[in-house]
Amino acid sequence: MLITINGRGMEVALDPRTSLLDLLREHLELHGTKKGCDQGACGACTVLADGERILSCMALAVQYEGRSISTVEGLARDGTLHPLQQAFIDHDGFQCGYCTPGQICSAIGMAAEIARGVPSAVTPDLAAITILPTRDELRERMSGNLCRCGAHNGIIDAITEICTTEAAA
Amino acid sequence: MTPFSYARAGDTTAATHLGVAAGAKYLGGGTNLVDLMRETIERPDTLVDVTGLSRTIEERGDGSLMIGAAVRNTAVAEHRAVRERYPVLARAILAGASGQIRNMATVGGNILQRTRCLYFYDDAARCNKRTPGAGCDAIDGFNRAHAILGASPTCVATHPSDMCVALAALGAVVHLENATGARTMPLVDLHRLPAGRPEVETLLEPGELITAIELPQLPCAVRSTYRKVRDRASYSFALVSVAAVLDRSDDGMVRDVRLALGGVAHKPWRAFTAEAALRGRPTNEACFRAAAEAELADAAPLRDNGFKIELTRRTIVAVLNELAGEAA
Repeated sequence: MLITINGRGMEVALDPRTSLLDLLREHLELHGTKKGCDQGACGACTVLADGERILSCMALAVQYEGRSISTVEGLARDGTLHPLQQAFIDHDGFQCGYCTPGQICSAIGMAAEIARGVPSAVTPDLAAITILPTRDELRERMSGNLCRCGAHNGIIDAITEICTTEAAA
Repeated sequence: MTPFSYARAGDTTAATHLGVAAGAKYLGGGTNLVDLMRETIERPDTLVDVTGLSRTIEERGDGSLMIGAAVRNTAVAEHRAVRERYPVLARAILAGASGQIRNMATVGGNILQRTRCLYFYDDAARCNKRTPGAGCDAIDGFNRAHAILGASPTCVATHPSDMCVALAALGAVVHLENATGARTMPLVDLHRLPAGRPEVETLLEPGELITAIELPQLPCAVRSTYRKVRDRASYSFALVSVAAVLDRSDDGMVRDVRLALGGVAHKPWRAFTAEAALRGRPTNEACFRAAAEAELADAAPLRDNGFKIELTRRTIVAVLNELAGEAA
């Protein structure tokens, strides 16, 4: 089947049992995306499918035939980190780093959700057209990404920087 | 995971022809089924991928809303008509799972997800759902999360969906199709109580596919909400949840009310007894409390979940107070 990974079309032959996560890590040797729980509880395997954040551990790769997948390896441009990657460094958004690729991919997908007005469980007014990226909003929206080192405050600081910069741009 | 073949259905007819085969299962976003297959609790021979079917939300002339079964949970919660006319449904979906899972999960898959009972997942434990007749280790086990209403001596598991609790309150109608024809069924009738056969969870016929969910016109649902009580503030299943619609007349009486409970039973629990106790009564806390007590009159606690009975009563009262205050 054909699948696009970080902008490159790839032809892969797979057992249908292969998860998208195992396709990335075991077949394509893209080890940036991490396997944490392998059951949808931790968010370490988060990637973007056509720009939407999903859990690659729960995704059968065959379901993503013809789709465009972005992983943490595809974020830097010409040796320059994606602004969110840089913000994670600047704000100490990690300690061991294992959850970081999932956090960053999740936050990029989340920022797009905020930009198109998707509400969350803590959005006060469901009818609101514009969602403000408050700390409460970001914490709720990032609850699917666990960090066992406890770097959540730095993570939220880094994401806040990006969301407020983008909102201002 | 045991081996299986995979087929992507191009249309409903093709899907239902493939889906009727023994050992075939329909696949939505995979956020529950793939996990259960990895644990070999589910062992389908064929997966029929139906995520390419019925992906639209249609606002119809009679005021109803038709939501395709393959619409993703996020897409339902962000749809303007859902947010404005059925806020309880948007709130319920947004209270469930995580952003990533809501992007993957379909409406049909959400309805047909299996219980998160720990003993159902643990193949070293006895479970009548996994192995009919084996016994139930939850009944005398760690059962803090289990059912207080409608359980049986064979099964005390709960249905985990938030979305379904809102659908039950809204009187949603499920559209079904198989190779022999199409039919509709109220959502509140789709799921079964366990009785003696907890492995049979719905009234679906073999190969029957959920094609859409219809939300009937319900103008009073603009005043509706969902409250979920759980062990952590986000990304956790409900201990107890309440979906409510309250229509209050100018003189402060209950003109109409819709109530459904989550986390308390084997199915999304429409609180018909409480609704009957409330209609035509004043919108005050005493009446709300009396209705909640009537609904929970038959609640039966297990070793660890007795707290849920009072928690459910209080959550019903709190949600109705909130809606009554909003309507004032």
